Amino acid sequence: MTARRLLAVGVLLLTAIVAGTILWLRVPRFTSQATPRAAAAPAPTAPAPPGRKIKARLFYVADDGMKLAGIERDIAYGEGATEQAREIVAAQIAPVVGPLVSAVPRGTALRAVFLTQAGEAYVDLSREVMAAHPGGTLNELLTVYTIVNALTVNLPAVTSVQLLVDGKEIDTLSGHVDLRQPLAKNLAWVQ
Amino acid sequence: MKFRAIAQLPAGVLTLALLLGLAAVLSSQAPASPSLTLLSKDGRRALPLTLVGDQEFVALDDLAGPFQVAVREDALGAVTVTYKSKTIVLTPDQALASVSGRLVSLPAPPSRSGRRWLVPVEFVSRALALIYDARLDLRKASNLLIVGDVRVPKVAVRFDPLGNAARLTIDATPRAGSTVTQDGDHLTIRFDADALDALNPPLPPQPAQGIVQGVRLVDATTLAVDLGPRFAGFRSTSQPVDETQRLVLDLLALVPSDTAAPPGQPAQPTPPPPAEPPLVFGQPPSAFHTIAIDAGHGGDDEGVKSGDGAKEKDLTLAIARRAKAVVEARLGLRVLLTRDDDRNVPLDERTAIANNNKADLFVSLHANGSMRPTTSGASIFCAAFDKDAAQAAAVGGAERLPTFGGGSRDIELVPWDLAQTRHLDRSERFAELVEHQFRDHVPLSSRAIDRAPLRVLESANMPAVLIELGYLTNAEQAKLLASDAFQATAVQAIYEAIVRFRDAYAAAGGTP
Repeated sequence: MTARRLLAVGVLLLTAIVAGTILWLRVPRFTSQATPRAAAAPAPTAPAPPGRKIKARLFYVADDGMKLAGIERDIAYGEGATEQAREIVAAQIAPVVGPLVSAVPRGTALRAVFLTQAGEAYVDLSREVMAAHPGGTLNELLTVYTIVNALTVNLPAVTSVQLLVDGKEIDTLSGHVDLRQPLAKNLAWVQ
Repeated sequence: MKFRAIAQLPAGVLTLALLLGLAAVLSSQAPASPSLTLLSKDGRRALPLTLVGDQEFVALDDLAGPFQVAVREDALGAVTVTYKSKTIVLTPDQALASVSGRLVSLPAPPSRSGRRWLVPVEFVSRALALIYDARLDLRKASNLLIVGDVRVPKVAVRFDPLGNAARLTIDATPRAGSTVTQDGDHLTIRFDADALDALNPPLPPQPAQGIVQGVRLVDATTLAVDLGPRFAGFRSTSQPVDETQRLVLDLLALVPSDTAAPPGQPAQPTPPPPAEPPLVFGQPPSAFHTIAIDAGHGGDDEGVKSGDGAKEKDLTLAIARRAKAVVEARLGLRVLLTRDDDRNVPLDERTAIANNNKADLFVSLHANGSMRPTTSGASIFCAAFDKDAAQAAAVGGAERLPTFGGGSRDIELVPWDLAQTRHLDRSERFAELVEHQFRDHVPLSSRAIDRAPLRVLESANMPAVLIELGYLTNAEQAKLLASDAFQATAVQAIYEAIVRFRDAYAAAGGTP
């Protein structure tokens, strides 16, 4: 009895292996998924690939000074919406050279970005965004909507943005624009 | 030849001549030796001051007589000042004084000059005042020392030329009443005080052909306003403002002056005379009573700065004062300034001044700034709200609340931050009027009327606009904004817009 049972199990196993092999070789959808995965794994001796990039629209002061101009740029890919938001803001506030002019005061640093499930982004900037701000209603509007639009235009998950400074809520940057609530995208300030 | 002759003179003679010449020049340029004027019931006397560096010192010996203090130096070098058994001990090289055992700081240590001891003039207010029987009020800026209950208000005079009118504002602090009389070619202002703490002259000479030629001190308690050939009449009002009594003299001219076009602008045909409203000192013809004018920024918040250092806060205050004077004098409306000096007023407080005084219009004055130096032109902003906020404001309604004496009353509840939502249409109407008046007179930007979530407008419970008069970051515009002609033109345009808004308000029974 035992020998017959062992024989039956062996036949079953052999049948399963043969069937599995046939399926593996014959059914393309299985192989098509497996192949890229294997290729994606870098060879240990290959040079490190360049950082992954995405296209994003960043905003700078237009030539007439009255509005923002949107410019497409390659920026670092971020894993997940929050990380991507951080990369976008970091690229947006980075110093620029002429002829571009940034509406964000030089020296402003990004401290953190938080996203809520309601689509609100909280962008925490260093105090330079206030201390080095040159003032004026237009300047302040352009500074605010540079950040607000950079996130809301490039990340559909973000519907509004509130600026924080040194981790705290602020009334205004320089006495004009109400920053106590998240602000929605506003393309009226973009050419 | 002369050079050779001079070169042959002995060097000692030349040096002496040079020193003598230098001394002569210095003596001719040096201001009169400083002194502290002591004012008391017994009259006034001068105490000589000695300047060491920037610090003014007074000799203890000179204080001994008027204040009946005894000065004694002990063997260890300490100086004791005694007044009715109370003592002040001074130690050389220490900027401190022990006043009846209590330490007070001085701006500099006492200093010996020959046999006399000199102490910083602040010794009087910081040390002597603590042990002296009568009040000692040291006013260093005017070199006055007031002893006892002597009324010496500080008097500041400001002159605002307003085209075919002018305003003199005379502040007396602490409050002091005054009477104004016209004596021929001058107005005499007598203060109910013992003396005045004022600049001499209180107002520098003005152009000879104007309404006012200057203001001068006649005696210890009297000012005279010298009237010019254009003077036609005046109205005076006096009201307390905090610790100050403010006397306002509205002065009328015989012949209206032309409104100058701002420099740099193409010459515009002079507006037809009917545009100039009549001067009215009566009641406003409608329920439109009060306007709040907000001079943007102030104090440590300087706003935008121009390349040559002009500050937005100063510009807005100057124009706000002019606008107030013009509107009050010509329309008889009540005009509130959210600030009338250089101080920082929180944004909510600015709106609260307008709301609490039930202003019918709120006008916030600013100067703009751009990252691009060529951006130019004036803009008029109205508030902007997102849809949720507007809906939230619309939901708010009346609530029945109990009143004193029984009964109840429907009180309309408006969220503070959304108060402006109910007035947006009228704010835009006023913005259009301002834009219309600015056209041809004040350079406008390509976006003359705009909407933005501006903090100072959102809580205003009346029509409200924020006017950016131009760009201080544009060198040409900065020059223009600082000019008297431009300021007069801008104020005139705002005034015209207010007149039209008020008329529309009256015609529509209070809701233009």
